[in-house]
Amino acid sequence: MELFDNLMLGFSVAVTPENLAYALLGCILGTLIGVLPGIGPVPTIAMLLPITYVLPPVAGLIMLAGIYYGAQYGGSTTAILVALPGETSAVVTVLDGHQMARNGRAGAALAIAALGSFFAGCVATILLAAFAPPLAEVAFKFGPAEYFSLMVLGLVGAVVLASGSLPKAICMILLGLLLGMVGTDVNSGVARYDFGIPELQDGIDFAVVAMGVFGFSEIMNNLELGDQRVEITGKVGSLYPNKQEFKECWPAVIRGTAMGSCLGILPGGGAVLSSFASYTLEKKISRNPERFGKGHPAGLAGPESANNAAAQTSFIPLLTLGIPGNAVTALMIGAMTIHNIQPGPQVMTSHPELFWGLIASMWIGNLMLVILNLPLVGLWVKLLKVPYRLLFPAILVFCTVGVYSLNYNVFDILVTAAFGFVGYVWSKLRCEGAPLLLGLVLGPMMEENFRRALLLSRGDYTTFVTRPLSLSLLVLAAILVVIVALPSVKKKRDETFVEED
Amino acid sequence: MQIKNKQDFWSGIMFVVVGAAFSLGATSYSMGTAARMGPGYFPFWLGVCLSLLGAVVTLNSLSAKAENTEIEKFNWKVVFVIIGAVVLCGLTLNSLGVYASIFLLVVISSFASHEFSWPIALGAAVFLVLFVWLAFIKGLGLVFPLWPSFLA
Repeated sequence: MELFDNLMLGFSVAVTPENLAYALLGCILGTLIGVLPGIGPVPTIAMLLPITYVLPPVAGLIMLAGIYYGAQYGGSTTAILVALPGETSAVVTVLDGHQMARNGRAGAALAIAALGSFFAGCVATILLAAFAPPLAEVAFKFGPAEYFSLMVLGLVGAVVLASGSLPKAICMILLGLLLGMVGTDVNSGVARYDFGIPELQDGIDFAVVAMGVFGFSEIMNNLELGDQRVEITGKVGSLYPNKQEFKECWPAVIRGTAMGSCLGILPGGGAVLSSFASYTLEKKISRNPERFGKGHPAGLAGPESANNAAAQTSFIPLLTLGIPGNAVTALMIGAMTIHNIQPGPQVMTSHPELFWGLIASMWIGNLMLVILNLPLVGLWVKLLKVPYRLLFPAILVFCTVGVYSLNYNVFDILVTAAFGFVGYVWSKLRCEGAPLLLGLVLGPMMEENFRRALLLSRGDYTTFVTRPLSLSLLVLAAILVVIVALPSVKKKRDETFVEED
Repeated sequence: MQIKNKQDFWSGIMFVVVGAAFSLGATSYSMGTAARMGPGYFPFWLGVCLSLLGAVVTLNSLSAKAENTEIEKFNWKVVFVIIGAVVLCGLTLNSLGVYASIFLLVVISSFASHEFSWPIALGAAVFLVLFVWLAFIKGLGLVFPLWPSFLA
């Protein structure tokens, strides 16, 4: 069995004491920072990314994956305990998870989230191992035109998951693409939009924008709430779910896993879409939908599993096609290129130990997180009691140090500050940062493939629709747009979002 | 004419302006043809798309069916203190060194909180400087200018 041989290779890489230690360290750091209110996986990874630069490639990526899962678990913990989602997908976790906590079932809710995620993680790891190679074969059939269409599909996916108005989300994507144009043009060597500033010729770093738009503006938004900021309390109750809760959970976990695994493969779809989709599904097929939003275990278990499964399978487009599925995997691409690894179908053959090692360490990371989180729930609650007046200067310090260490350049700190202000303005205008970040990352890649495709077709635009694979991707994107734009669906989308308040 | 959805109205204006600015900037680069694109081609058309969509957003916000939204008031004090503290930290990092500039960052940014107190701000500053020293400089070996340049 080739699958098992590959997995064995992966485990032999991941189970060295050194790599296990990095995975554990990543999980701990990720959880520690992810559990802080308002900080989700994206800023966590952005903050901790420089740490991994000094490590060898495999260890660096393993640690990064650990940070990713840690941050996600940490985010669910905050969502359940204090109804503060650290990331967009945790928004769904708040709905029923926090209600369970209010009903005195916080421990059970945390355990369900952890176990559901672990199950989803196990299944998705196997899927990843089994289907990444065939998908990579498909990737070889991808020419520039296909890549371009795939990125269009991914960006359309990003639109679907934005909660605000549709044209605004598309605008934010376009803005992100344009920001990605800043810097030296790879084809001609012309420095674009650099205003004569040499630091801008390398382009705008993803982490700089992420920390400004998410980290800094979040801090300012929290600070201006003053006394009204949600006070954090800790009441955990008994740790394990009872029989009744368990019975209600497991079908939801399985459905959530299946749904999340499928959606995670789509670039741009990612974890957020999957948790919303799973919640909608659970509520639809439940015999007593009125219990949702009041602490139904299935309303927590489904989205949490879907979220984790999608997080896992979103590595398929990343590792095989080199396309980031969401902002987090986009950061991973950045990390890979820094380690001189070009993500794409060739990773599997040129760096098999890295590819399979990463897959194996994902499973190990999941296992570690369950072991870490179940007993440590009490500790996380204590960490949440850090008063905000101590917390926010600390976040500022971490962001500043993190940004500086990207290039050892003060200019990056100033750009981050500028994006902090812009992010604050955007938050007032209800413009979402997530689509922008995806655009920023995909911008240069998209332009390159667009130009290459048209170069190959001698300027003939029909190349995007005459190549069957490219056409089907574009059709998929169009279908997605129609689904979002349809009034009935739109109404439902609004409903789901109203319920969150 | 009444602006009903103020959030969307100003977002739309912003998109139009930024899109136009990018397109305008792109005209100073060579455009090329579809088969051999210059560096200006892709950003130019992206900018045009952004401006057009931004105009749609703005027009939608004026329609009678648009929902009513207001833009929340900006808390300039918070913005000024936080952004100012970070900018100051960036500007002083090379001359004063990492310990002093981080200390300043923490103390100054603490003023943005509604529950500011000197002992806590100073305590947090000392603690975070120690943390930076231990985690980033000792632990991760990041290279910073450590001390003020006039002392070194």
